[in-house]
Amino acid sequence: METKSEVRPYRRPFWTMSRREAAWAYFFIGPWIIGFIVLTAGPMLSSLYFSFSKYNILDAPQWLGLANYHNLFKDPLFWTSLKVTVYFASLALPLGLIVGFFLAILLNQKVPGVNLWRTLYYLPSVIAGVAVALMWMRVFNPRVGFLNPMLEKLFGIKGPGWLQDPDWAMPALVIMSLWGVGGSMIIYLAGLQGVPTALYDASRVDGANLWQRFRHVTLPMVTPVILYNLVMGLIGTFQYFTEVYVIGNAAGNVGGPARATLFYNLYLYQNAFRYFDMGYASAMAWVLLVIVLVLTMLVFRSSVVWVYYEGELRGRN
Amino acid sequence: MTTPVRKNEVRTRRSFFIGIKAQDLLGKIITTLILAAGAVVVFIPLLFMFSTSLKDRNQLRRSPPPLIPLEYTMVEVDGKEEPLYAVTVDGEARQMALTKNLPEGKGVFVDPANPDETFELVIAEQEQIQHLEMHWENYPEALTSVPFDKYLVNTLIVITLGMAGMLISSTMVAYGFSRFRAPYLNVLFVVLLSTIMLPSQVRLIPMYVFFNKLGWVDTLLPLIVPQFFANAYDVFFLRQFIMTIPLEMDDAARIDGASQLQTFWHVILPQARPAIVAVGILHFIWAWNDFYEPLIYLHSRENWTLAVGLQTFNALYSVNTHLIAAASVVMVIPCMVIFFFSQHIFTQGIVMTGVKG
Repeated sequence: METKSEVRPYRRPFWTMSRREAAWAYFFIGPWIIGFIVLTAGPMLSSLYFSFSKYNILDAPQWLGLANYHNLFKDPLFWTSLKVTVYFASLALPLGLIVGFFLAILLNQKVPGVNLWRTLYYLPSVIAGVAVALMWMRVFNPRVGFLNPMLEKLFGIKGPGWLQDPDWAMPALVIMSLWGVGGSMIIYLAGLQGVPTALYDASRVDGANLWQRFRHVTLPMVTPVILYNLVMGLIGTFQYFTEVYVIGNAAGNVGGPARATLFYNLYLYQNAFRYFDMGYASAMAWVLLVIVLVLTMLVFRSSVVWVYYEGELRGRN
Repeated sequence: MTTPVRKNEVRTRRSFFIGIKAQDLLGKIITTLILAAGAVVVFIPLLFMFSTSLKDRNQLRRSPPPLIPLEYTMVEVDGKEEPLYAVTVDGEARQMALTKNLPEGKGVFVDPANPDETFELVIAEQEQIQHLEMHWENYPEALTSVPFDKYLVNTLIVITLGMAGMLISSTMVAYGFSRFRAPYLNVLFVVLLSTIMLPSQVRLIPMYVFFNKLGWVDTLLPLIVPQFFANAYDVFFLRQFIMTIPLEMDDAARIDGASQLQTFWHVILPQARPAIVAVGILHFIWAWNDFYEPLIYLHSRENWTLAVGLQTFNALYSVNTHLIAAASVVMVIPCMVIFFFSQHIFTQGIVMTGVKG
């Protein structure tokens, strides 16, 4: 007996150091794993299933096949909502980029009170939401608002009906979004501050002027930040909801006037929670996911051409 | 021969330097001017909202609306209230009341102190006198016309419980992702990051169905409970911060016999305090302004949060713009105050999440 136990080969205990470490790791990230399964992956699969069925919450979902997608592509309102969203994105994203970047450059100068200026410009992005939408409705109001009388007084322009005019509702929303540009501005600012001053010194020694320094040092160095803001802005546009909902609801015409502000997410909301056509709304959600994925991929693909990553070995294979 | 050339050289160089300094100063002045102009644009809508909240209906009707809550000054003449004007009669500036409108834009002006003396003057040439009139009573009226106190309590419940859940779970997950080696941990981290880009709509409807089955729709639970399962943004931010805490601190705790939990509690959490505070404040602002999910889940009036309550208040009382503005100001102030006291946290926080993403 004694000898037998002595010759028994050494067996590693099950709980080795590395296994114990892995167990602790999974213990700590456990909340997220559970949440991912229950609140993200599971719902995504259900939503994919719903998108192929007729479902109104009360009755069990009925399999429809591709009918929801088929109807969606024939639905003029779906195309309207897509057009509205793309129109907004095509104005708000480039303008936001230019204004945000320009402000960041100004706020990166050593001007007196620069911290105060940064705070002031960032302020609008912490008070976003219902109150801000209500505030802008008041400003844009053509009868008792503030903007049109000021335009008339300063420039002699007779202002449009803004949010009440189908042609001017979108520019009004873009102005609103530019007011909140501080959020992306602060990210550009962080990017600018990350540009090593040695690069500027070197270019100065080489005789680069202000524009050349901007074009060949600043711009390439902050392209990753521009990429980040562009992708986040794109995703954000397809989620745009609160402002248009609040404004539309006050006018008794959500998505109006003349469906000029029927954003994608607003139309999805209406299908889901107004008409309780959950299958149709789920199909919209999945189309949205595909759109966002494709756009993000396009941005990333194109980024090879225009984004510069420091530390990347270029042309050296 | 060589000396004058050298002198010349020195002189040009010096003037070159002065040139740069002047250029610098000019640049700073222009920058400051542009920034100031922009700040005016940023503040006018806010100021207009604030001034609207202090007006009464009479003042609201004025077009163009004054940027501060002004009201025309009236004066009593022969038992009637008449508008007061600053007029010039025979080169003398006097204050007179307009008692009667005449054809061709003229009017009868009377000195209130001496009503028998009348003047016929062109109205457009005279300046109507105004004074500041602020109706602070709009605030109590707005806040009691709908149960904003109830909405405030609901909002605070959602924020505090949600924040507690978010902080507990996100710090744990961030610790797990930053201090351990385990199979598939890196893959899982990439999955976590990719959920940041996931549009929430693809999981919204099944979650609504799920919470409906649990009987949680029209309660605050769907807004609170998911927070206990960590949030990708916050995990990422906290992880980036925890990575900067020196590993030697963990080792020291381990040598002293601390378990993983004790290390987490006594080393990581105290060290990560600035990041935790930042994430908490950002969560407060986000949850305070959140509208989409409360709108979907909360149906009955007594369960609303402030954002939903304010929206409905506007839809119901759209005539009372002054009351709506007052409620909006109250809604905006907490975020502004928090922001002003913690602005450095904001800028730093976004520096870390934004750029390294």
